[in-house]
Amino acid sequence: MRPRIGRRISLNVLALIVVACSVFPVYWMVLTAFKPTKDIQAETPSFLPTNVTFTHFGTAVNADGFWLFWRNSALVAVTAVLLALVVACLAAYAVARMKWRGRKQFILMVFIAQMTPWEALLIPMYVIARDTDMLDKLTMLTLIYFMVTLPFTIVTLRGFLKAIPIELEEAAQVDGCNQFQAFRRIVFPLLAPGLLSTSLFGFITAWNEFAFANLLIIKNQDQRTLPVWLSSFSNTFGTDWGATMAAATLFMLPVLLIFLVLQGRVTSGVAAGAVKG
Amino acid sequence: MRLLPYLLVVPTVLGTAYLLVYPLIRNLVISFQKFGIAQLIRGGADFVGLDNYRQILSDGMFWSVVARTFVFTAINVALIMGLATAVALLIGALGKGLRLAVMGGLVVAWAIPVIAATTVFQWLFQSQLGVVNWVLVALGFERFEGYAWFANGTSTFAIIVVLIVWQSVPFAALTLYAAMTTVPRELHESAQIDGAGGVRTFTLITFPILRPMFGLILCLEIIWVFKCFVQIWAISQGGPGNATLTLPVYAYQVAQSLNRYDLGAAISMVTVLILAVVLLAYFRQMFKEEGEL
Repeated sequence: MRPRIGRRISLNVLALIVVACSVFPVYWMVLTAFKPTKDIQAETPSFLPTNVTFTHFGTAVNADGFWLFWRNSALVAVTAVLLALVVACLAAYAVARMKWRGRKQFILMVFIAQMTPWEALLIPMYVIARDTDMLDKLTMLTLIYFMVTLPFTIVTLRGFLKAIPIELEEAAQVDGCNQFQAFRRIVFPLLAPGLLSTSLFGFITAWNEFAFANLLIIKNQDQRTLPVWLSSFSNTFGTDWGATMAAATLFMLPVLLIFLVLQGRVTSGVAAGAVKG
Repeated sequence: MRLLPYLLVVPTVLGTAYLLVYPLIRNLVISFQKFGIAQLIRGGADFVGLDNYRQILSDGMFWSVVARTFVFTAINVALIMGLATAVALLIGALGKGLRLAVMGGLVVAWAIPVIAATTVFQWLFQSQLGVVNWVLVALGFERFEGYAWFANGTSTFAIIVVLIVWQSVPFAALTLYAAMTTVPRELHESAQIDGAGGVRTFTLITFPILRPMFGLILCLEIIWVFKCFVQIWAISQGGPGNATLTLPVYAYQVAQSLNRYDLGAAISMVTVLILAVVLLAYFRQMFKEEGEL
């Protein structure tokens, strides 16, 4: 069954169009970030990197508070993910390796929690933060991001745990390990790649979160995170599109790197995991 | 030892109770109270029964927002599902090199953070220096010379749709493609021997086998688009002239700019209820698929 040549060519042209549509906005962002201002404002835009400059990155990095917001974002995301990882590991082990009453209900709760429309909880979170004196504090954001990433982390870790044969642990226990030692020496090393990729996905979620960060940090602008800062670029850079795109590029970099590291999992495992919960 | 599993899940249960169940209950309670700026600062809110719900349900504005949210969701999800299916089928029909290129391109579009993507789209459609206007003028559409996309309701709505579709197609397409690779090749081959073309092969074989998967992705996309907030808020805050005002944005706006937290909470509750219906369909489908918990 050899398809006709004409069909093959039109398929390939379609494929190139899809690639172009997917990549162009990102390409344009990075290209603008490296263009000298006079080229950005030129009558005819150039679609290839002819003159490369780093001035916009300089402007973005030296903008007021950039490093502070970078630090805030990283601190909140990393703390939330580590917290979620520890809590999820315990729960996932209980679900994947033990029989107990209420286990099914617990899993159902986690599934439902995973689908929570967080956008609908902005108002009560604001009221609760006010009540408990947590407005303008990164602690509150950290707690929220921990909760947002926790259900997904439990579900994926449970999947990874299930894939590790229980016989390995049993054998270790026969050899005289207790349950905890068996977990630490046998399961944990096998689980490590799963832990890494899961936590990286949690990190992306927290790193990108905008709505709560925008709502809960009002008076104390030093506690802002990168997405909020980036969304108000017109206050920071005015119409300096080069600097704006440089800032957006820097904001994207960690996420893109994580996707590249996880590319195998992104396109297969996690996609299926995200749908199957 | 009997207690160990319960000890292991206690942190999760506590976290969920305080950071998810409690806010949800609090939202429900506020929606039955009179809760404005005074109550926020001083505390102590009076219950007013169903007054808030009466007020929003009798407001023409609310119903136009509900209608707009449904239209917005329908347009986005139809485009996402159509394009994602087409792209997934395309990936399956390509040779190895181009297949990797398309998948790589999709991952790049998927990986870009929402706020960064939003910023880029504002730049692409910028009136004076934006590349979109330049291309349109170069193609002979003179009226797009300096056209202000974000000053017009319909064009702002269209840009937000393009942005959301562009960001959502990769996940759906890659997931559908991964599912399509599980359909046995023999079925396709025998269909072709029987003389079925590409379209009939899809409608008779691929789609029926993958129907549950299509159902799950459809539910997910409906949920994601319906509750979409960040893109709209960052680009237009619901404007210009309410053209992009959907339920989540409306709830936020009412709470923020009018300080009517009670009405905002009531609107949020309506949003949650509508989403719960879609969620039920999603879970039913999922448990049918999984069979075990």
